[in-house]
Amino acid sequence: MTHTDVVVTGLGATTPLGGDVASTWDAMLNGQSGVSALTPDWAEQLPVRIAAQLAVDPAELLDRVKLRRLDRSEAIAIIATNQAWADAGLADSGLDPERLGVSVGSGIGGALTLLAQDDILEASGPRRVSPHTIPMLMPNGPAAWVGLELGARAGVHCVASACATGAEAITLGMDMIRAGRADVVVAGGTEAVIHQLPIAGFSSMRAMSTRNDEPEKASRPWDKARDGFVLGEGAGAIVLERADHAAARGARVYARLAGAGITSDGYDIVQPHPEGAGAVRAITKAIADADIDRREIVHVNAHATSTPVGDLAEIKALRQALGDHPVLTATKSMSGHLLGASGALESIATILAIRNGVVPPTINLDDPDDGLDLDVAANKARHLEIPAALNNSFGFGGHNVALVFTRA
Amino acid sequence: MTRDEITTGLAEILEEVAGVTPDDVAEGKSFTDDLDVDSLSMVEVVVAAEEKFGVKIPDNEVQNLKTVGDAVSYIEAQS
Repeated sequence: MTHTDVVVTGLGATTPLGGDVASTWDAMLNGQSGVSALTPDWAEQLPVRIAAQLAVDPAELLDRVKLRRLDRSEAIAIIATNQAWADAGLADSGLDPERLGVSVGSGIGGALTLLAQDDILEASGPRRVSPHTIPMLMPNGPAAWVGLELGARAGVHCVASACATGAEAITLGMDMIRAGRADVVVAGGTEAVIHQLPIAGFSSMRAMSTRNDEPEKASRPWDKARDGFVLGEGAGAIVLERADHAAARGARVYARLAGAGITSDGYDIVQPHPEGAGAVRAITKAIADADIDRREIVHVNAHATSTPVGDLAEIKALRQALGDHPVLTATKSMSGHLLGASGALESIATILAIRNGVVPPTINLDDPDDGLDLDVAANKARHLEIPAALNNSFGFGGHNVALVFTRA
Repeated sequence: MTRDEITTGLAEILEEVAGVTPDDVAEGKSFTDDLDVDSLSMVEVVVAAEEKFGVKIPDNEVQNLKTVGDAVSYIEAQS
């Protein structure tokens, strides 16, 4: 089946590595870690006292009164999508708002608002709960705010599939364009839940690294000494555009979003399938959807979160679905795990790897796990001609999303 | 409290909650039409005013408070 060509014409991000795409990408190529110690008082009682916190606080960029009405996840979604929108040069392009869609998801949603307002409720009673509480904590809040900022009228959507959210939101954006419901879709993910409750919850699952004395070394995908993921916050957005629409306005095209594959494990609510069966099917579907030979995919931005089980299940899946030729990286080693935003940030890294011919490094890979039998750009960026690349995202709930980007 | 003092107190609340410039706040100004205070922000203004001036402003009274002067009169009568 032939699909409408969908291309990427804008990028935006605010991450633990930088306040925009350029600074985030530079930090990645330099192998910098965005992980640091958590300093609030509440962190003292937690087993995990590290996180990848935003490099630039949204308060530096958004008006104070506006911020009162925004959950942190909404504020950073607006910042990232505004960057992507400006980058795509669509502001004065005359785009019909009825042909503009939004697909921005979050893994957890407005948890910071929920928790802060619960504190107010307990301390001062229901009348003091902010009237902005509901639009701040509703899961569709970030997408709705972005739609409002851009005046999008082709539909505003919020995907929630835990750590696969960003990638699934991008897939939905592609589907909207392929189905003819929009010419341009601003797509991505956002997450801001660095707070004691989510951290306590994840750490009770024994999912998080407790390398508190060495924050920068805590996120170490595929390394023998890995002991869990590091929670990060941030937002990433890409502008997807019908290829002929982009060509007609002479837009800069970063890459083509050639295909996507989505599957569900039907296996366990949090554990990945040990052989990565759902991941294999997602990757295989994405390659078929992109209608390319799997040998063209020479680079993979892996999901690899630095957990003992998940990292190796993905290796097995990649070997089975792609073979042993691609050069892998796990940029979470630097950014931490942005949960619902990770698929969006890592799509941006994948797109820039293709465009610039360089694979960002996987830092802290000092002693590779015995099960790592594929080539990884360990600790140093690697130059590589990349005609096509894969970005994997997997989420609690058994969500598997694979995206294939190709050179424009 | 004088009417001027109440107006100044309301201006502080309006600045904090809705970003209204204090110099724009005067008795004749309408909350919605002149000062751009939307309905959710008006709820915040009312709750903050109750706290600041030690009064109760029931929801069914709020609809009668169209202007800053209306609010000042209500607060003056209650305090």
